[in-house]
Amino acid sequence: MRLTLQQRQIIWAYVFMSVALVFFVVIRWYPTILAFNVSFRDWNVFEGSGPWVGLENYQEIWEDAGKPRSSVTAAFSNTVRYVLFGVPTQLVLALAIALLLAQIRRLSALYRVAYFAPYVTSAVAVAFVWNWLYQPETGLINQALDVVGLPQQPFTKSPAQALPSITAVAVWQNLGFAVIIFLAGIQQIPAHYYEAARIDGANAWQLFWRITLPLLNPIIVYLTVLGTISYLRLFALVQNMSPQGTGGPLKSTTTVVLEVYREGFSSYKMGYAGALTVLLFFLILLITIIQLRFFSRRVEY
Amino acid sequence: MATTADIGNSGALQNIDRFSPSRGKGSRRFGWTLLLAYLLLTIGGICMVTPFFWMILTSVKPPPELVNFSFFPENPTLQNYSNVLNTSSFERWYLNSIIVATISTVSVVFFDTLVGYTLNKFNFPGKNIIFIGMLGTLMIPTEMLIIPWFTMSVNWSWHIGYAQYWGIAFPGVITAAGIFLMRQFFDGVPNELLDAARIDGMNEFGIWWRIAAPLVKPAIAALAIFNFIGNWNAYLWPLILANSREFYTLPVGLSFFRGESTTHWERIMTAASLASIPLLIIFLVFQRQIIRGIALTGLKG
Repeated sequence: MRLTLQQRQIIWAYVFMSVALVFFVVIRWYPTILAFNVSFRDWNVFEGSGPWVGLENYQEIWEDAGKPRSSVTAAFSNTVRYVLFGVPTQLVLALAIALLLAQIRRLSALYRVAYFAPYVTSAVAVAFVWNWLYQPETGLINQALDVVGLPQQPFTKSPAQALPSITAVAVWQNLGFAVIIFLAGIQQIPAHYYEAARIDGANAWQLFWRITLPLLNPIIVYLTVLGTISYLRLFALVQNMSPQGTGGPLKSTTTVVLEVYREGFSSYKMGYAGALTVLLFFLILLITIIQLRFFSRRVEY
Repeated sequence: MATTADIGNSGALQNIDRFSPSRGKGSRRFGWTLLLAYLLLTIGGICMVTPFFWMILTSVKPPPELVNFSFFPENPTLQNYSNVLNTSSFERWYLNSIIVATISTVSVVFFDTLVGYTLNKFNFPGKNIIFIGMLGTLMIPTEMLIIPWFTMSVNWSWHIGYAQYWGIAFPGVITAAGIFLMRQFFDGVPNELLDAARIDGMNEFGIWWRIAAPLVKPAIAALAIFNFIGNWNAYLWPLILANSREFYTLPVGLSFFRGESTTHWERIMTAASLASIPLLIIFLVFQRQIIRGIALTGLKG
């Protein structure tokens, strides 16, 4: 039997994709369905099954959320706070740094390395270094505050300061990525847009608001969505910066993923943890859709 | 907001200066802007690198110097390093991280490139469905899959003995993001070249391996480096899967190490240095490729 070129191409294509197809079905899609299934069961991970309990896990989360000093409420409200503090700070700082970097030529590579280095460092190592920097008495930051005559701060030891302190570390760690993307975007803007606007009498302020910022819009959307998702999934920093990794003090730093880990893999309440992950999935989906709808504007010149 | 606007000013100005043929009155102002840019970037850069220096400086201080605050070590010592290496399993954790990151990187480079190529250069029934089916997995946060993955790992005994290496690596052996990226890059490979090879009687695998893949080498290198770094630093899944000390990856080992060292900051900083310095060195060596790769992939994505 002779195959046509087209038929042979189809066979090659499926041969090339065979392993990947198995992978995506077995390691991605099947577990996704299983994740929903787990959330409706009293799941026992070592048996790989559990009795169907319907919406009981969700009901339990709802009831827990109503209790005073609830971990679930703290987890969701903290997670949203990490996003609200972290993402705008990260974007504004990164844009500022990228605009500065776009101006210089000499030493530019050195600065880029400095700003990007935290991004390639393990979050666990980063967490410990900042724990040490934040230490009362002996920590570098409190020593510095002493030198300039300011009062010492408790940072991660106080319920009021812990979450902003951890957010600051997350910003420090993720900043470099946004800087590099912004910088690449700025360098893609054609110079003659600025020249033309300049000839028409636009000042520098107008150039930034009317040309740079609108043309960076797709990048701003991209970095907002990506940044939001990464803050919604915060775990390693919080686990390694809070006392005993429990999201304290007084649940002030706990996140949804940390509660998933604690409920699922410390208390072995898998169904409950599974329901939390499903809620996280919908939270991410909802926020991403909202961001894409509201921030995406087409800019054409 | 004032700072952003100021920076915007100078950024726009510089663009004009760089590209306008005649530099008249602007050049003096340009000098000041440049100076300010360097000043701000240096202040920011110091904030970025100080934690790293502080980590390393602390790691070479004898314990008493941590209490009697001095910025630079008075009697630098490597004693902390030998203590930490003798009392923990760091060598083993290095080995584990190298094994896991290598397995997933080799696999990702092979399969992502092959599948990306297939999706770009072949026509076959079901192409769109397969592409959407792969890309769609990007919407599912890995946190939602950990309970199903753990269930599967227990089921197939990937959580015990040497199978743990595979257990830690398997979720990341093929990545949708990498496939999407490589698919974009194969756009740049001309179809005529592939057809010419076909006429010469080369088989499809050979065409991909010998002709197409070498043409996108920079993209493959970027994919490999990011993937290696990502897997080296992966935390949540290895933390869940590795169930004995001998199979911890570096971040997991580091996290447990803190639990044992409580307030011995010189030892914790030594451990953090041991965990992060190798990757920082890799980053410094490949910084140009890594930063260019980030910019490239970010803009393509």
